[in-house]
Amino acid sequence: MSVSPTWYLVLAAVLFTVGAVGLLVRRNVLVMFMCIELMLNAANLTFVTYSRALNDVGGQSAVFFVLVVAAAEVVVGLGIIVSLFRRKFGATADDAHILKG
Amino acid sequence: MMARTLLAASTLSLPHVNYTAIMPELIALGGSLLLLAVAAVTPRRLPTTVYAAMTSGIGIASLVASLVLYHDVRQGGAFVAIAHSIDVDGFSVLVMTLASCVLILTPMLAAGFFEREGLGGCEYYALACISVGGAMLMGAANDLVLIFLALEVLSIPLYVMAGLDYRREGSGEAALKYFLLGAFSSAIFVYGIALVYGATGSTNLGEIAAFLAHNVLVANGVLYGGMALLIVGFGFKVAAVPFHMWTPDVYQGSPTPAVGFMASIAKVGGFAAFLRVFISTLPTLSQTWKPVLWVIVIITVLLGAIAALVQRDVKRMLAYSSINHAGFILLGLQAATAKGATGSLYYLFAYSLLILGSFGVIAVVGGRGDTGHSIERYRGLARRSPLLAGAFALLLLAQAGAPFTTGFFAKLYVVEAAVAAHSYALAAVAMVSAAIAAFFYLRVVFVMFADTRLAEAPAGDAALVQAAGAPAVSAVGASGSGVFEPAVAGGGGVLLAEAPVRLEEETATPEASATGEEIRDGAVSAWTWSGLILTVGATVVFGIWPQPLVDFAQHAHLLF
Repeated sequence: MSVSPTWYLVLAAVLFTVGAVGLLVRRNVLVMFMCIELMLNAANLTFVTYSRALNDVGGQSAVFFVLVVAAAEVVVGLGIIVSLFRRKFGATADDAHILKG
Repeated sequence: MMARTLLAASTLSLPHVNYTAIMPELIALGGSLLLLAVAAVTPRRLPTTVYAAMTSGIGIASLVASLVLYHDVRQGGAFVAIAHSIDVDGFSVLVMTLASCVLILTPMLAAGFFEREGLGGCEYYALACISVGGAMLMGAANDLVLIFLALEVLSIPLYVMAGLDYRREGSGEAALKYFLLGAFSSAIFVYGIALVYGATGSTNLGEIAAFLAHNVLVANGVLYGGMALLIVGFGFKVAAVPFHMWTPDVYQGSPTPAVGFMASIAKVGGFAAFLRVFISTLPTLSQTWKPVLWVIVIITVLLGAIAALVQRDVKRMLAYSSINHAGFILLGLQAATAKGATGSLYYLFAYSLLILGSFGVIAVVGGRGDTGHSIERYRGLARRSPLLAGAFALLLLAQAGAPFTTGFFAKLYVVEAAVAAHSYALAAVAMVSAAIAAFFYLRVVFVMFADTRLAEAPAGDAALVQAAGAPAVSAVGASGSGVFEPAVAGGGGVLLAEAPVRLEEETATPEASATGEEIRDGAVSAWTWSGLILTVGATVVFGIWPQPLVDFAQHAHLLF
């Protein structure tokens, strides 16, 4: 029994929405960071589903690029977060509040 | 089916790689490796000016490669390279040239700052090279996946740059905010790419355009959704309202030279890809995206101008002013014509140099610790350092769109394009916002030159210095024009690096007598002066004689 591509697309859309909403409502920086990963993986799932449905390898190769970029973002992002927490912050975004106006 | 697909992929032959087509990118990216390697193998830490000189050299090399490519395109026409993923046309060559100019000027305006702050090391310069490489690739990319990669190559170094001044708390906070919102926008952008891919069956811009030209989609919700997400992704990068929230905070917190760089290069790269994707790939859908951009342009120009009015921090003020500029550049995009694209490119060129120079001055005035950015600090600056105040005044007036500067023609061309596309209301709103914006630019100029309430000097003395300030301004302009004209006409890059330093020494004598308190013209490093002379010179020269730059922008045809 095969599952229609629509289900995968819907799942991806749900994952993307969960990630986007999570990023906007959660205050823990690490959780916000995970939400971004969730959004990127939702895009990956969409790519793979369409790749399969269109019988085109381009979408699958795009996934590799997205994975590499996600890894690079993790490196830089965690570096920034660690350097900040070393100073004084707890792990919440509300502690970062000097810049406003 | 999956196995067959993979098998078919494995029999594909590798594409021919035309290295000349990506030479400027290779020079910029290779340059960053060179800088890191030099820093790694030298036993003692080199002075920051050595790295700055190397970076300017890399910029000059990539400028030469861009001009060679420009010559090729003029002679042999535009072409696609490397498996149809790179466009080499007038547009991408112009973006490469502009990015190279930014790479030449950035280290000049940053070296003095990093020397003063004791933040030595090659990191800033290596990151700048990588970012510039990404911006060039954004202009040349002919594939949505490549645009995404280039966007990340452009952005990730900027996140690090924002947090470079690790001793200052605001810098780390700026890096965190920029990173979280930047990564958020990238995720939205890549999901948009996935949806466009699903709707059109390709990520190649040429194939997408061909598909849309020959097919009418019955249910195009996925395509519209993807397009909307692309607009959001680009909107974040170029700081268009309502995706601008990060801009003021990041600009305020980041080290000042990094702000100047990110303000210019992120807009160059972001708008390059924005223009290519929407004007050359999705023109068939312009009836759908034009109204969306119409709204975005209106709120961007108005909010940028009005919010800047109430700022007391000069960096925040320029952040909102850059939002206003983004609205103007979008005005050319919204026109969706070749004329609009030309206007946007010209605006990008003018804006990048202006914003680099402005933040170069702010980096000097900010003083040790990079914290003195209140507008109060600029009170009577013309009395203490007339040259610096004169240069800043000129850059601000150009941003306001004063005649005889590039800023004037930039605004003229985009508004002209909007009127030609019958967007009269949009053009009118943009002009109103320019009038509002002129107010806060002039306020800073007024504070610097006329407002001496806090100064103890007798009135006669102040008047004398003001009179002395005026020829100083013209001296900067004149020396700038003397340097820049032959350099541009001859295309000689070496002139750019060496001549200004010599001229700076000539003008150093009168300014030494006009020194006052903390910020003095004489204390500003020769690097900063050369950068300022180049930016101010280009602003004035191309403001009086705009034809070469206009010709350049008009040859920037998109390939498809």
